[in-house]
Amino acid sequence: MSVTIEIPTAFRKFTDGTPKYSCSATTVAEALNVLTERFPGLGKHVRDDQGQIRQFLNVYLNEEDIRFLGGEGCSLKDGDRVLLVPSIAGGSRE
Amino acid sequence: MSESYQLRCRECGRLWGNTPKSFCEECFSPLEVAYDYDAVKRIARKEDLASRSFNMWRYSELLPLPEGFVAPNSVGGTPLVHARHLGKKWGLQNLYVKNDAVCYPSLSFKDRVVATALTAAHRFEFKTVGCSSTGNLANAVAAQSAQQGFEACVFIPADLEPAKVLNTAVYGTRIVRINGNYDHVNRLCAQIADRFHWGLVNVNLRPYYAEGSKTHGYEIAEQLGWTLPDNVVVPMAGGSLITKIAKAFRELILLGWVKEKPVKFFGAQATGCSPISDGVKRNLARFEPQRPETIARSLAIGNPADGPYAIKEIRDSRGWAEDVSDREIVQAIQLLAESEGIFAETAGGVTVGVAQKLIGGGRIGAKETTVVCVTGNGLKTTDAITAEYPSAEAIAPRLDAFEAYLDAQLAASAGVARI
Repeated sequence: MSVTIEIPTAFRKFTDGTPKYSCSATTVAEALNVLTERFPGLGKHVRDDQGQIRQFLNVYLNEEDIRFLGGEGCSLKDGDRVLLVPSIAGGSRE
Repeated sequence: MSESYQLRCRECGRLWGNTPKSFCEECFSPLEVAYDYDAVKRIARKEDLASRSFNMWRYSELLPLPEGFVAPNSVGGTPLVHARHLGKKWGLQNLYVKNDAVCYPSLSFKDRVVATALTAAHRFEFKTVGCSSTGNLANAVAAQSAQQGFEACVFIPADLEPAKVLNTAVYGTRIVRINGNYDHVNRLCAQIADRFHWGLVNVNLRPYYAEGSKTHGYEIAEQLGWTLPDNVVVPMAGGSLITKIAKAFRELILLGWVKEKPVKFFGAQATGCSPISDGVKRNLARFEPQRPETIARSLAIGNPADGPYAIKEIRDSRGWAEDVSDREIVQAIQLLAESEGIFAETAGGVTVGVAQKLIGGGRIGAKETTVVCVTGNGLKTTDAITAEYPSAEAIAPRLDAFEAYLDAQLAASAGVARI
């Protein structure tokens, strides 16, 4: 089934400027893997060394944070949108 | 670098100069304002403060302000109240309330962060500013945008308290109500900042915005006679304030303005939205986001942006986090008002309720100096406590009617003495 991954501006230098990427995937995890295989430069920014989605990257399936949907294993249906949004945090430690 | 500050990636350390950006475009981690403290030390002198007004701008060398900056208003400088009555009830000798419920101009600590954010907005030549908000921030953006001539557009969850919506609308600000909770609003604003050339104070101006919170901490230290407290109890929504008070204290130590001492940081949340306190109490490596369900809507952020840093700050300081129910929040608002004459919003009820719990649990000692941070005004959240105060029946304007009224009261409670 076909889903669309929406890519924020800051990520597009790793996607040859592509703002949206359509692919076939059955779970969010699979969609992210297809995306990072297609654009390998994005890989280390999506997942950390342990293979987890980075702490400051929020992933949404349509309107919902995937952490409310059971995580990246949640399944996709035709026409779904996956959004990548960097978390907006201030940080503070010196 | 001619200025003493610039943006730095919190994780990879890359420097970005000064620019309206909140995350590192190399590793997508958050940016913060980093200072050249040697340069700050050369220009910041404690004795200079004596001749300055008591507001947040007195600490200007410690804030990200451009050269030639002129203070546009008188934000901050709020009272630190020695809460003797409440302290007595709790068995504490040195209890203080930092009262940002009376912060100028919009009656919450958000006036501080908007003040530094709008300074950055001027610098980056934004014409339109805005924010995602649970209410207080929208009030502050609206009021200060009106003062400084910005166009303002704020985004709020559709179910916000009417008083908070009114306190934004009155300044002529465009309000966009979103069908969703704050986390939905915040995500939309991240996308808007990506698309439009707007200065969203808590999105693309967030590093500058967050620095304004430090002044809450500087004032606490100065008002305690340039000493640090033993404990600080701080409300947590996005989790930024607690980290910035800690940063403020570290900076004052670095400058030699206060003596170094361990300060425990205690975070306060409502049980109905407690991802950070839950993360602390369960010792989680990462907090788990929640769907907010609480009357403390100014703290109702289920996916707190600074949550990881707040948790680290609390752990490193050997503090703790707690949360309280909606019922406890209302009782704490009443307790603070009746004990100290301070009418706090629901978030203040959270902080006071949590402080009471921490004291009861032995985490805060009787002789220690403890500061409870009240960050917003009760007039904004009256709907949360209206039911506690049903209107009394009116009486005739005659002395005998008043005497009858007193007798009835006496009979009902035995608490009202007939004079």
